[in-house]
Formats: sequence, structure tokens, C-alpha cells
Amino acid sequence: MKNGMPEPLGFTLPRAIFFAIFVIFVIVAPTFLYPIFLMKIYCFIIFALGYNLLLGYTGLMSFGHAAFFGMGGYLCGHAATDWGLPFELAVLTGTIFSTALGYLFAKIAIRRTGIYFAMITLALAQMVYFICLQAPFTGGEDGIQAVPRGSILGLIDLRNDTALYWTMAVIVLAMIMLVNRIVHSPFGQVLRAIRNNPVRAKSLGFDVDRFKVVSFALSAGVAGFAGALKTVIFGIATLTDVSTVTSTEVVLINLVGGIGTIFGPVVGSFVILSLEHFLAPYGPWVLFIQGIVFMVFVLVFRQGIVGGLQKVLRKQL
Amino acid sequence: MFDININLILGQMVLGMVNGVFYAILSLGLAIIFGLLGVINFAHGVFFMLGAFAAYMLGETLGIGYWGALVLVPVMIGGLGLVVEVVLIRHLYKLDHLYGLLLTLGLALFAEGAIRIFFGPQGLPYSIPDNMRGAVNLGFMFLPYYRAWVVVFGIVLCFATWFVIEMTPLGAKLRAATDNPAMVQAFGINVPVMLTLTYAAGVALAGVGGVMAAPIMSVDPAMGTNIVIVVFAVVVIGGMGSILGSILTGLGLGLVEGFAKAVFPEASSTVIFAVMVVVLVLRPRGLFGKMA
Repeated sequence: MKNGMPEPLGFTLPRAIFFAIFVIFVIVAPTFLYPIFLMKIYCFIIFALGYNLLLGYTGLMSFGHAAFFGMGGYLCGHAATDWGLPFELAVLTGTIFSTALGYLFAKIAIRRTGIYFAMITLALAQMVYFICLQAPFTGGEDGIQAVPRGSILGLIDLRNDTALYWTMAVIVLAMIMLVNRIVHSPFGQVLRAIRNNPVRAKSLGFDVDRFKVVSFALSAGVAGFAGALKTVIFGIATLTDVSTVTSTEVVLINLVGGIGTIFGPVVGSFVILSLEHFLAPYGPWVLFIQGIVFMVFVLVFRQGIVGGLQKVLRKQL
Repeated sequence: MFDININLILGQMVLGMVNGVFYAILSLGLAIIFGLLGVINFAHGVFFMLGAFAAYMLGETLGIGYWGALVLVPVMIGGLGLVVEVVLIRHLYKLDHLYGLLLTLGLALFAEGAIRIFFGPQGLPYSIPDNMRGAVNLGFMFLPYYRAWVVVFGIVLCFATWFVIEMTPLGAKLRAATDNPAMVQAFGINVPVMLTLTYAAGVALAGVGGVMAAPIMSVDPAMGTNIVIVVFAVVVIGGMGSILGSILTGLGLGLVEGFAKAVFPEASSTVIFAVMVVVLVLRPRGLFGKMA
């Protein structure tokens, strides 16, 4: 738009090229990478896309997004197992619940700004964690197990790993397009205005707090959607997904990928999840290395990988 | 569900004071560091944990007991704090406060990972000093001497810190630098050194807390992260504007937690967070907070 260039669905040429590269990757990847691992990464991409909507484009830092990711998973698992809902409705249940929970969190946390906002979200998420630990429906330490995968509208059987992979591939690509569309819509422009200068945005007549709450709920809903999908893929919803470890993970993914870039969550998820995958046999080394990555990126590479690429190419990605 | 037993409630509230003392010590350090450095020290819990491990290691390798550790550990942890501030934290002062939170979060993961690598994930035992064994009969409960000591010493420590900050020339400089660092620098006070020393003092306080906690909680790598999240809620409830406010909020919430443990045990882990929500709704700036 700046140069009078058309931006169909918010895609400039560089972004379209990046997207095309990722589409090709998604198509060829299962030939050389384990599909379940790829699907896990896709879940975290969606999770991180939702988180980035909040941190990258609205300038609000949440340290409690595991609450939405984890609860989305629990609700989806509960709906599919105990209520016998089909795949679509189970995932929808998780997503709606997380959106509502996000709305509630935002309404409480919005009463303070900046650093306090981050601390409040962390504390609220810890409260959700303790509730999950004790509430009967989450299954405590065991979690909800043997969640059936079901099928899409009774047509595509998701018990088949290949069918599930292609379903996830379509979903993750659609989510990138959706988030890109939201970010580059008039609504997204207001969010970025709030991020850059909340006082100015307010003086222009925008109800800043309302936009923040909507952005937070939207972000929580996307996180819940991702958590619900993860439960479908692995057939299990556990306490890990609702714990601080997961909240930290999504922050790290965004930091490494590039906060406030469309493709940052994609790159960040691949880097961080691969790192965890290969370090997993060495137990506590995961934490140790994650800590180092955190510190190095905060101190010397705050714009992240895609952010750095943006600088080199001088294009918005 | 609700079991009202006065002796039990009083007993749990006295024990709640023990946790309250740890909340007070930690939120005090957090508030002092945030006030001057503008950094929310996520690693605060890790320094608490390191204090406990340092006490354990002093006992295992050098045979230095609890009382020696109580003197030596704050020096060690303070020294570590000096290094951390100089090497890592001071590079972030010009940036958004959130980067300070992210950096110290990374530091916390790093330190917790390192401790897990060396000591394993399980808790280690640290025994109560010999001259603190036994308990006193308070009529409604038997209070172990050691816990009574923790409460008394913790409160003395908190008020000593309050005294240094509010009543001494050193504290006056500190408060002035919190208010207007450029002006204080212009008066010839070396503000960067002051920042370093403040960080060191804040984490040393957490280290003392760790030594005090070692005989009560088991010495394990996760103890810091678990407590720091609660302390964040404490800080939100109290507001970081006032030193005395931090102390009172910490102790008060310990009592509330003890009360919940006696009356409705299932809620004891969430009650502080629930109080936080209520305070945010009714008085968003916190009980003792100034308006931002």
C-alpha cells in the first residue's frame, strides 16, 4: 500500500515468496521428517502465531499463555472423550473456552500496564495450573488419556496419520494466512498503533483498553485452538501443556523467530522444537541450553532470526 | 469441606508466618531492585534456591554448618549478583523493562538447568541445626524452635533492611537515585556502582532466605521458580512503591495462606492468586502502591 502496490490478503511480494517456500516445505517435509514431529511443530507454530498477535502486534506481554494452550487441550480432550463430541466440535469447544478464559484474564490484567501486566498473567496462569492439578476432570497427574481422533465430518478418517498430517498442513497454512490478514487489516493497524503509542491511539479516539482485551482474547483463542489440535494428534492432554514451562516456550519461540514478524513464529518453532527434540535424551540440558539461547537473543539479537533477515532484505516479512 | 477448629487454624496461621517471612524477604529484594534498576528480577527465586544449595554444599564439602552458612552464603550470593549485574543486566537499562524480565528469565532457566545437571532433580536433605531441635508448647500447638527462629529472624532482617533504606544516609542516596538518577549522578555519586551493589544486596537477601528455608523445604532445583511466581502475585497485591508495604503484604499473605490451609486445604495453593484478583478489581494499584 505504501508504494501503491496491491496487497491481496495482506501479502506483499516478499511475504508471498516466503509463504510459497513454506508451502513447498510442508508438502515435501514428510518424505524426510517424522510426520508426528512435524505436526507437533505445526501446533506450536499456531500457538506462537496467536502469541505474536499479542506481543508482536499489540505490544502486550503475557507470561501465561500456557493456560489457554493447556485448557484448550483439556476441554477438547474432555469433550471428545466424556461427551463423545466429534473432532470439529471438540476442537471448537477448546477454542471457545480458551477465548473466554483469555477475555477474563485480559479484563483482570488490563488494570495494570507494562511489567505488572506480565506478572499478573503469570500469576493467573499459575492459578489455572493449580486448579488443573486438583480438579477431577483433568485427571491430575495422569491427564486425559486415550482421546479419540475421530474424523472430519465423518468423511476423512483422522486415525490415519497421513490424513491427519495433510489436515494439519492445511490448518497451519490457513492460520498463517488468517493471522497475516488480521495483522494487515484496519483492525491490525489499530493494534500496531496501540503498540507504538498507546497515548496517541487513545487521543485519536480509539478505545485502547477494549482493543487490548479483544486482541488478548483472540490470541488466547488461537492458543486454545493449537492446544486442542495437539490433544487430537497425541490423544492426550497433560499438565505440562498448562505449566509455566509451556508459557516460557512460546515466548522463547517468538524471541528467537522474531517478535512482530509474520514468519517469526514459523522459524522459531522449528528452531526451538528441534533443539528440544535433540536435547531431550539429556534431560536438564534442555533447560540449560534454553536459558543460554534466551540470554543471547535478549542481549545481542533482539530482532530474532526473521527480524534480522528483514533488516538484510529491507523488506517487511 | 469446611472444618472449623480454632487450634488448627491458629496453628496453621503460625506456620503460615514462616512462608510469609519468605514472601516478605523475597518481595522486599524484588522491590528494591525494581525501584532502582527498573528490572523485574525473574531470577530472584533462583538466587533463593542457590542460597539453599550453597548452604548444602558448604556443609557437605567444608563441614560448615547452618550458622556459618547464614553468614557466608549471602556474601557468596551477593558476589554472584555483582557478576551477573556487570556481565548481563547492565546492558539492558536503556531498553524496555520487559527485556530485563526476559533476560532474567533466561538466567533462571540456565541456573536451574545447571543445578539439575549437577545435583539431579530430587530434593536433598538439610538438617535443622542441633541447638534448634525441639519445640515449644504454645497451648494450641507445638511450635518447633527452628520455625520460631525463622519467623523472628526473618522479621528482624526485614526491618533492618527497612531501617537501612529509610533511616540512613546510604538509604537516602538510594532513594534519591530511585527518584532521579541523573540528578544524583550530578551530585558526584557513582550511580552505576550503586546499581551493581543494589542488585547484589537484593539477591543476597534472597540467598539468606534460601539458607533459612533449607532445613524446612527440601533443597531442590525447582524451589526457586515455584516461590517466585507466588512472590510476583505478592508484589502485585502490595504494590512495589513502599518497603514497609512489601513486608506487611508478605507476612499478611503468609497468614492468609495458613488460614486457608486449615479451613479449606484444597484452596491453599491458589488463595494468594485469588487475593490478587480481588485486589486488582477493587484497588488496581495494589494495597500500598502509588499511582503510576
